[in-house]
Amino acid sequence: MRGPGNTILICGEVRQGKIHPVTQELTGKGRELGSRGEGFSVGVLLLTDFLEDPPESLFRSGADRVYLVEHPSCSQFNQEIAAKVTAALIKEIRPEIVLAPATTSGRTVLPAVAALVGTGLTADCTELALEEETGLLLQTRPAIGGNVMATITTPNHRPQMATVRPRTFPIPPEEERSGELIRPPLPRECFESRIIPEGVQILEGEAGNIQDMDLLVAGGKGVRGSEGFELLRELAELLGGGVGASRQAVEAQWIGYPHQVGLSGKVVSPKLYLAAGISGSVQHLAGMQTAGYIVGINKDPEAPIFRVADLALCGDLHAILPRLVERIRKERGQ
Amino acid sequence: MHIAVLIKQVPDTEEVRMDPERGTMIRQGVGTLMNPLDCNALEGALALRRQGGGTVTAFSMGPHKAEEALKEALALGADGAYLLTDPAFAGGDTWATARVLAEACRKYGPFDLILAGEKATDGETGQVGPEVAVMLDIPCSTYVSALELREGGLRVRRTVEEGSEYQFLPFPCLLTVLRDLNEPSLPTLAGKKRARRSSIPQLSRKDLELSEAETGLAGSPTRVVQIHYPTLSRETAFFGPQDTEKGLDLLMQKLRDLALL
Repeated sequence: MRGPGNTILICGEVRQGKIHPVTQELTGKGRELGSRGEGFSVGVLLLTDFLEDPPESLFRSGADRVYLVEHPSCSQFNQEIAAKVTAALIKEIRPEIVLAPATTSGRTVLPAVAALVGTGLTADCTELALEEETGLLLQTRPAIGGNVMATITTPNHRPQMATVRPRTFPIPPEEERSGELIRPPLPRECFESRIIPEGVQILEGEAGNIQDMDLLVAGGKGVRGSEGFELLRELAELLGGGVGASRQAVEAQWIGYPHQVGLSGKVVSPKLYLAAGISGSVQHLAGMQTAGYIVGINKDPEAPIFRVADLALCGDLHAILPRLVERIRKERGQ
Repeated sequence: MHIAVLIKQVPDTEEVRMDPERGTMIRQGVGTLMNPLDCNALEGALALRRQGGGTVTAFSMGPHKAEEALKEALALGADGAYLLTDPAFAGGDTWATARVLAEACRKYGPFDLILAGEKATDGETGQVGPEVAVMLDIPCSTYVSALELREGGLRVRRTVEEGSEYQFLPFPCLLTVLRDLNEPSLPTLAGKKRARRSSIPQLSRKDLELSEAETGLAGSPTRVVQIHYPTLSRETAFFGPQDTEKGLDLLMQKLRDLALL
């Protein structure tokens, strides 16, 4: 099963039998990098207890091979098994580059893989490119709350490994291509673990992960209470988005911690981020400044949020948001 | 039960600069504090000691100044603390840092449990904990937001994207924790006095029997090759309170463009 020498290996993510879109995003990026110079083939590792659909979408996104490892021990996330399987595959196919999602799973498994195979790892990359002269992977990541961008290389160790946050790269347009599905034989030892999984509790409904949303309506101190968040929720529901919050709003217990955006909460990158009554601390900006389009609503014309906003609405959110809701309903003829 | 806590001293302002030559952070002249999630890790260790007895030992790799964070750990109730400091440790990436911490835990252990914050507020990689666990060949869990002492190990709750996952880890093991784990307490006056009186042993590369090639910049598989300071500002269309409707026109158009309407 040894692949051609130059492989970019993507560690895919499967949740409840479904391939998470970040897998396509990374496959597309792998294909793009692999098309340069002498070229790389792209392999995708999927580790799961079952796969709902055949992985054709990954071939169409640019994968040459899919390494499918289906095993009953993977019915619940087990970082020890995931790390051993990934390390075993790396030792077998010797990829030049390994890319993985910077999700809670990837950020747990990949450091262990790096330590097992003895190489470097760069977390949370936002840009990846190949250096012209050397062909080295240039791994660019934000540090210190996004105030600094550092470009990192792994000059002498292989593979060169990086994790990438979901939604950093676009899902590539699918092409008519096919690939090879490989079920790699792995030693039984890979599926033995000292960790005993004891169940999963999936949060439904409004706590749906704000990192997966195209649109977020976020509120801060200016929302003035949990009733104020009802207004934000109404708007978010109307537009099929989610609700985010600043640290102050969460600490005041107007809304739960899963909604917190920023350094001590979640880092989000929706297509549109509407910040209502959020002044824009450095910690908050670090969590949302890569959003596609940023709308700030604030009474204070000097609020820092306006410096990173594409659209600044200076005024009272309690007057502006109901107007916006009204206009959306009117446009839809409701 | 013997517990180790891995602590990092971090800058407490956003005004940190990087050294463009070496590509490493300049920490001089900036206020510092114990990484907030490491406070949760320490609190978790102290709570387990209250429950089951034993010791809590804090380790930190860093410059001499990192002693302050360890003094704080002593003031909060840690039984002992070691500062891992050596010019040879400077500029290390997560791998080289994990090597030093793992060696210290091996030398002053064995520990039944090692706790650390999920990530530090400066580097934000979250990699050192899981790397230390592999180097010590012990199981590791991350994003831990609750833990419960069980026979021979711990039951932990991990807070992940879609909810919670529960796992049992036998001792010895390593956990990285989130701030939901607990509410860190403040040091008592007696604790502060005790910390002031105690001296913190310093361990060098030689004390840990590590080669130069294994530590610091020399022992790091990764290199920072370029630093830049991104400009966050965008071209902002500003609408004052009198022009709200005009601003909303633009927003409605944007929502149409993004197919969100």
